[in-house]
Amino acid sequence: MRRILLTIVLLLGTLTGASASDKTLRAVVHADLKILDPTWTTIYITNRYGYLVYDTLFSFDSKFQPKPQMVDTWTVSPDSLTYTFTLRPGLVFHDGQPVTAADCVASLKRWMVKVSSGQILGKFVASAEVVDPSTFRLILKEPFGLVLDMLGNPTTAFMMPERIASKPLNEQITESIGSGPFKMLRDEWRPGNKAVFARHEGYVPRKEPADYLSGGKIAKVDRVEWLYIPDANTTLSALMAGEIDYFEAPPLDFIRLMKDNPDLTVLNIDKLGVQGLIRPNSLNPPFNSFKGRQALLSMIDQEEYMQAVVGDDSLYMKFCGAFFLCNSANETDIGSAPMRKPDFAKAKALLKEAGYNDEKMVVLMPTDRPQYAAAMTVLIAQLRKAGVNVDIQSADWSTISVRRAKREPVEQGGWNLFITTHGGPDVMTPATNTWFSSRCDAANVGWACDPELERLVGVWMRETDASKHKAEIEAIQARAFESLPYVPFGQFFQPIAFRKTLTGVLEAPLPVYWNIEKK
Amino acid sequence: MLGFLIRRVLMTIPVMLVVAIVVFLLLHLSPGDPAAIIAGDNATTEDIARIRTSLGLDKPLLTQFGLWIFALLQGDFGVSVFNKVSVWVLITQRMEPTIALALVTMSFAVLIAVPIGVLAAWKAGTWVDHVTMGIAVLAFSAPVFLIGYGLVYEFARTLRWLPVQGYTPYAQGFTGFWQHLVLPAITLGLVFAALLARMTRSTMLDVLNEDYIRTARAKGLAPAAVLVRHALKNAAVPIVTTIGLGIALLIGGVVVTESVFAIPGIGRLTIEAVTQRDYPVIQGVILIASCVYVLINLGIDVAYAFLDPRIRY
Repeated sequence: MRRILLTIVLLLGTLTGASASDKTLRAVVHADLKILDPTWTTIYITNRYGYLVYDTLFSFDSKFQPKPQMVDTWTVSPDSLTYTFTLRPGLVFHDGQPVTAADCVASLKRWMVKVSSGQILGKFVASAEVVDPSTFRLILKEPFGLVLDMLGNPTTAFMMPERIASKPLNEQITESIGSGPFKMLRDEWRPGNKAVFARHEGYVPRKEPADYLSGGKIAKVDRVEWLYIPDANTTLSALMAGEIDYFEAPPLDFIRLMKDNPDLTVLNIDKLGVQGLIRPNSLNPPFNSFKGRQALLSMIDQEEYMQAVVGDDSLYMKFCGAFFLCNSANETDIGSAPMRKPDFAKAKALLKEAGYNDEKMVVLMPTDRPQYAAAMTVLIAQLRKAGVNVDIQSADWSTISVRRAKREPVEQGGWNLFITTHGGPDVMTPATNTWFSSRCDAANVGWACDPELERLVGVWMRETDASKHKAEIEAIQARAFESLPYVPFGQFFQPIAFRKTLTGVLEAPLPVYWNIEKK
Repeated sequence: MLGFLIRRVLMTIPVMLVVAIVVFLLLHLSPGDPAAIIAGDNATTEDIARIRTSLGLDKPLLTQFGLWIFALLQGDFGVSVFNKVSVWVLITQRMEPTIALALVTMSFAVLIAVPIGVLAAWKAGTWVDHVTMGIAVLAFSAPVFLIGYGLVYEFARTLRWLPVQGYTPYAQGFTGFWQHLVLPAITLGLVFAALLARMTRSTMLDVLNEDYIRTARAKGLAPAAVLVRHALKNAAVPIVTTIGLGIALLIGGVVVTESVFAIPGIGRLTIEAVTQRDYPVIQGVILIASCVYVLINLGIDVAYAFLDPRIRY
């Protein structure tokens, strides 16, 4: 068989192998790039595309401090109500047009309506005005201590040409004109297969060295090819064979194997990682009361979840008692004591106090999300230990996404619990953590409801004295462990893997492709 | 014959209409929502509702169906709800890899299966028959993904003779085109070749016991002439039917093969569209696939007339 195949190969052409040392970085990304409008979706791949193609006004450094990116200088008025920003000279879009203050104002306006972090800032902004072609200002209604944080957050506003950013809000942006370090080659885009980006020759990087998402975004390769290969085994083989350079989200089961390969580097670029969460439905009993949700807390054994979801103990935290992630600027373990050790007797008692009387509890089990399903399996076992009559309803994630929006009682198609994950700097603050929001009917599905918690978050957001933030965060978390908008069941990390021919891979909350060199 | 062809082509119109209605209803009545997937896992209900409205998914089902059919009658398959790219463009982008893979696979399968089947029938009951049919059973029973991973491990990762994954369009060079098709074609073709070899053997065995074969041998014809000119030609009708029906098997296998070898073909497009509820893409792909099936069946019927002079339409 081998001989036959070799003959065929020789007849058809030369043997294959790693391609010549070109300046194309071939990366297999975690999802197919389908949507090109970063204000249209919260899907991570579109946000990552945004960081390649667009530039931002501010960006976080590795200490989670917002640093200027497109902005050259800025001033804040003594009453903290007017922020004036001046753009760096020489910024141009991929179509050759200069970036102006009008473009930034239009982009900010779109972001402040359509993206959750923008909506938070938008509530405080009275107006956004152009001062001159390179200067604009934000005028606030009341002091807001997080203006620069919101502009530096990874779900920040990407600066687009005014003509694009001004399109109707219900219209999806389909153009790819940014001013970022790479430009998308639209004629090479094959949805479901490949997206190609070339170095933006007109890009003027900052002088500071690259740090996290801040500093000089220098494109050191000519092209970046994003390949979408749905089969992880194939991707691993392609990486080992040198057909690709970079594997963005290898399955955690592969990590040990890849670490043993001398041609590969495995690197955890995101020290914040991913938080798993159990979302109770606050509309349906028994989780419509604090006691019912606290019962969940008494069942948790984070390591058991992490063993099921991750396995490799070098890739998860043994325990993390922080709503806003361990390793983050807002890490604290205040209030987390009940979660340190499971106490099923206490869980039973709390459920009884919440009025639970052996009614069916509907849990939504995803059939196509292995990590969620593994965590849900642990949760089901724990619920049963606490005497809960569990009704497992299995469906694919698309179906669960629809089902979980139902507000009805369980008898009419409603639900009690589902599991999801979230990660990155968005989780790091009570303002941007969408599952933390406890705005009742205005909160995300599950409709967490705690006006007192929202009041505390409001105090923290309005505080302009950063030295008071730590105490305020502690007060918020202490309250959150009473009302429990969700139950964090662990924190784990998703390393990337790449061939040793690559250098300069940056630590960041998302994979970035500037600063990388290919030998 | 011409009348038959016209009648058969006209018959595809109601078939297509029924397919369109069934596919539309199945998709829209089954659970799942593309708006929820577009919005992302961490999106709020307001985000999802906004997207659903902008996609027109909040309109009554009858209105949505009417709009789709009306556009379809004008040759417009619509656009993907995700990337806003025309469904027709998406399908045409994916056609070349799938057609190339299907043709190479079919050629590979027919080229090895028919001679093996003929040989096994000729040597029926001997070790040649037992070994070839044993291998055929093994190849037919092995899962496609297992064959694929095995070939990748040996010929791409260990020996580095062939690429692990991907597809190079023919326009970018013959070498890359063929290199990327060898392993997928063998993977997919082995299963089909096994089926076809067994079918050829059993059909040939029937024919080889016929009186006219005995007569041909008695005339002193060479064994090869008896086998090819007399036996195989008379056994061809069921073999051609198997080849035609095998295309269905092939398309089913293409989904797995395209995934294992990361070939951007119609199979992967379909799977991704189904899992993400990209309604216009699924509808477009299924309509075109149905049309292809009808044409293949028509082609098989026409082939009968050429292979068997007794068959006339």
